[in-house]
Amino acid sequence: MEIISQVFQEISPADFFYRNREIAGFANPARAIFSAIRELVENSFDATEPLGILPDIYIRLSSNNEGEEGEKIYVLRVRDNGSGIPADYIPLAFCQFLFSSKYRLKQSRGTFGLGGTMAILYGQITTNKPVKVISSTGSQKIYEYTLMIDIERNRPIILDRKIYENDARWHGTIVELSLEGDYAKAMPKVLEYLKQTAIANPYANITFVDPRGRLYKFERAVSNLPPPPKETLPHPHGVDVETLSRIIRVTRCKTLLDFMQEHFHRVGRHTAKRFLDFAGFPEDADPKKLKPEEVVKLVQAMKNFNGFFPPDASCLSPLGEEILRAGILKELEPEFVAVTQRKPSAYSGHPFIVEVGIAYGGKVPPAEDVLLYRFANKIPLVYDESGDVCWRIIKSINWRKYGLMPGMPVAILIHICSTKIPWKTVGKEMIADRPEVSREILNGVREVARKLGTYLSRKERIKREKARISFFVKYLPKIAEFSAKLAGKEKIPNIEDLLRRARRFEES
Amino acid sequence: MRRVSLTAKEKRREVLAKLEKFGYDLYDQLERGILPDIIMPSRSIDNIYYSPELRQYTLGDKKIRRSASNIRHLRPIAQLVWMAYFVHELTASQKTSTLRDVFYSAQAYDIPFKNQDESDDIITDLETILGCTREDFNVFPEERSAVFGDLTIEYTIPNYEGKRLNLTSHPDGVMIGPALTSAEFIETNADKVIAIEKGGLFTRFIEERVHERFKAILVFLGGQAPRSTRYFIRRLNQELGLPVYVFTDADPWGMHIAMVIISGSANAAHVKELTTPDAKWAGVWASDIVSYKLPSDKLEDIDVKRLHELLRDPRYKGEPWQREINTFMRIQKKCELEAFSRYGLTHIVDKYLPQRLKDLGE
Ligand SMILES: Nc1ncnc2c1ncn2[C@@H]1O[C@H](COP(=O)(O)OP(=O)(O)O)[C@@H](O)[C@H]1O
Ligand SMILES: [Mg+2]
Repeated sequence: MEIISQVFQEISPADFFYRNREIAGFANPARAIFSAIRELVENSFDATEPLGILPDIYIRLSSNNEGEEGEKIYVLRVRDNGSGIPADYIPLAFCQFLFSSKYRLKQSRGTFGLGGTMAILYGQITTNKPVKVISSTGSQKIYEYTLMIDIERNRPIILDRKIYENDARWHGTIVELSLEGDYAKAMPKVLEYLKQTAIANPYANITFVDPRGRLYKFERAVSNLPPPPKETLPHPHGVDVETLSRIIRVTRCKTLLDFMQEHFHRVGRHTAKRFLDFAGFPEDADPKKLKPEEVVKLVQAMKNFNGFFPPDASCLSPLGEEILRAGILKELEPEFVAVTQRKPSAYSGHPFIVEVGIAYGGKVPPAEDVLLYRFANKIPLVYDESGDVCWRIIKSINWRKYGLMPGMPVAILIHICSTKIPWKTVGKEMIADRPEVSREILNGVREVARKLGTYLSRKERIKREKARISFFVKYLPKIAEFSAKLAGKEKIPNIEDLLRRARRFEES
Repeated sequence: MRRVSLTAKEKRREVLAKLEKFGYDLYDQLERGILPDIIMPSRSIDNIYYSPELRQYTLGDKKIRRSASNIRHLRPIAQLVWMAYFVHELTASQKTSTLRDVFYSAQAYDIPFKNQDESDDIITDLETILGCTREDFNVFPEERSAVFGDLTIEYTIPNYEGKRLNLTSHPDGVMIGPALTSAEFIETNADKVIAIEKGGLFTRFIEERVHERFKAILVFLGGQAPRSTRYFIRRLNQELGLPVYVFTDADPWGMHIAMVIISGSANAAHVKELTTPDAKWAGVWASDIVSYKLPSDKLEDIDVKRLHELLRDPRYKGEPWQREINTFMRIQKKCELEAFSRYGLTHIVDKYLPQRLKDLGE
């Protein structure tokens, strides 16, 4: 029949992401520049910091076209001193969507093998030029690939491959791609992004050379790294049907009792027994023989069972108070800083940690509202501030309670790290309002605000005290002088003692 | 001819001594290593009372303490000591100054006053502490009024000391300034004082030779009379024993000009010797508007409001006040001194004045 002559067709992930590029942050030429830089920089961080390497990241954006305005073709080159990529994986890592080394459950910046590859795809689509990747794991060889993406088949096309000697045993990766963009428009966000990256990652050296040859250098201020995240198993509260099915497919366990202990976070024998009893599954049931509706029932039971231990936070890599403080001091040079790391907590089985910092004065500009810096897994979020739960929380606080008035130079930094950031939208610029997370943010902000309040009131007290002393110094001698003159005395009374006593009062 | 109770010279010596003692008290506390304090009568509203015996406002027993250990008091104390020093110099050298002058002089000594109000306030504090008026320590207000009549005075100020002047010498009258205020009264043939609110009528009275026909010393008030003028009228009354008659417009404001000469103002509750309790408000009364059929205006809202205030004021308890306030309220009219001109320029002098003085027991 004619009616069924519609064409059904499958599209490849590469094709899908190209068609939906705004999701990945490539909606327009300005945003594309920003996102390409961000994705490559984040890959560099993922290839350094968790492996104990102090990041050295060099970014260069250049253009052959004259002038600054408008859209044009740029060459973006990012170099890091990271782990490098084994030669055989280079084409797949960069030219195949959903190929990633980061599917394991621990905190990282990238997640699905999407970001860097998207930038390369966007570059290819807009300029029809290949990407060049140079990388070494520190072995005797350096590999240089010239690659393109076969969009329909989601496969890499290798145009060229060169091998160099690596006498210096350099390790790291250089990615160089061409793309169409609008740097003039993107510039404020790019610079803001780099500055905030420097705040949250003060252990990195970041250098940026922009198309005009302007150099921006963010220098390392500390040489210790945050503790690297440990890989972890999924927590039962956070498991969905798809995840559970996948685990069932690969498991070697013969009984549900073993299965629960083997594949889930913080489930021991005792907990597994109690859980299966609660869920109404026999301990010796074979996981592979579960019917689809039983899988759904098991997921439901996992969500509802209260007897699991909360997830631990070893899979997280928070900054820590020392690094956060160093980052703030380095970039904002504030008069006062306070930081706090909240205790680990969890929402729906996903562990998270909230860290909050507050900075007053220095390079923080005075403004009507407090300045908000948001970070998720050490990545600054520089778009869509007003839709973020952090913003709502900041606005809900009565700052006067802490002695803060509109027009004061105050910046608040909020960092959330988690194996699964509760994003509000696919755009990944806004944190959603999860009560467990919001509570931690609010308490963190209150804690540092209180510290700032104490500082400010102390400062005010000292100022008043200074004014008091200066009053004594100014007026007591006058009183002495004129009273002596009135009394017809030659000698003016000695008030040194009185002044000294006024001062001593100041110190106590 | 009665002699001055306290000669100007003695008065000056007394004021100087008070100022020196004030300075010595502070000096002494400092010498003993104490942050000095000053205790003085409170001038706040709740310490101002009307004294029926004195027939003026006075301060109650409430005291305030200014202590140099209190940061907020340091500055006013320094200002006060400087002020005392400054006026001591003035008085000792027999120079005079004005309120405005004092305000500017402070700058030369690095004593800051925010504005003249602040320095005026400190002068008032000093008056309160010493119990004498700023005219006693040679600080005078800007505005000046005048006097005309057969009174011979002798100046006590430097360069004029011993010089005499008869106050009829100048047809415009003689300004009541520092020199006149501190002059000694030598002799007079007058037997009364007539004080007049307005300059036009003052001049008319001189032209009509009221000073001769009524043996009067004429004082021009210029609206609400300055303190030196009130002090001068008091001296005429006390030292020379002359009765005082005050002529003002017939409205609540004119009535109050007379009242302040008689009973003083709440603002000056801390000083005595500014009032003339026996002075009389001689007109123009509300009842005159009726009996003399004077041209008049309707009372305005603020006039009526003011009348209600005066009705509650303790100074207005007796007569003629109550009678006249009620008449004002009844007729709802007011008029000016000049209203008599309706009957010709000299009517007020020829008819009204002799009649009124007679009524008042002349
Ligand atoms: N600079 C780099 N150094 C080492 N490995 C990298 C680098 N950039 C990308 N990779 C590898 O390529 C994979 C794909 O990267 P990407 O497409 O950005 O996805 P994702 O970061 O989400 O995994 C990463 O998982 C990582 O293994
Ligand atoms: Mg990535």
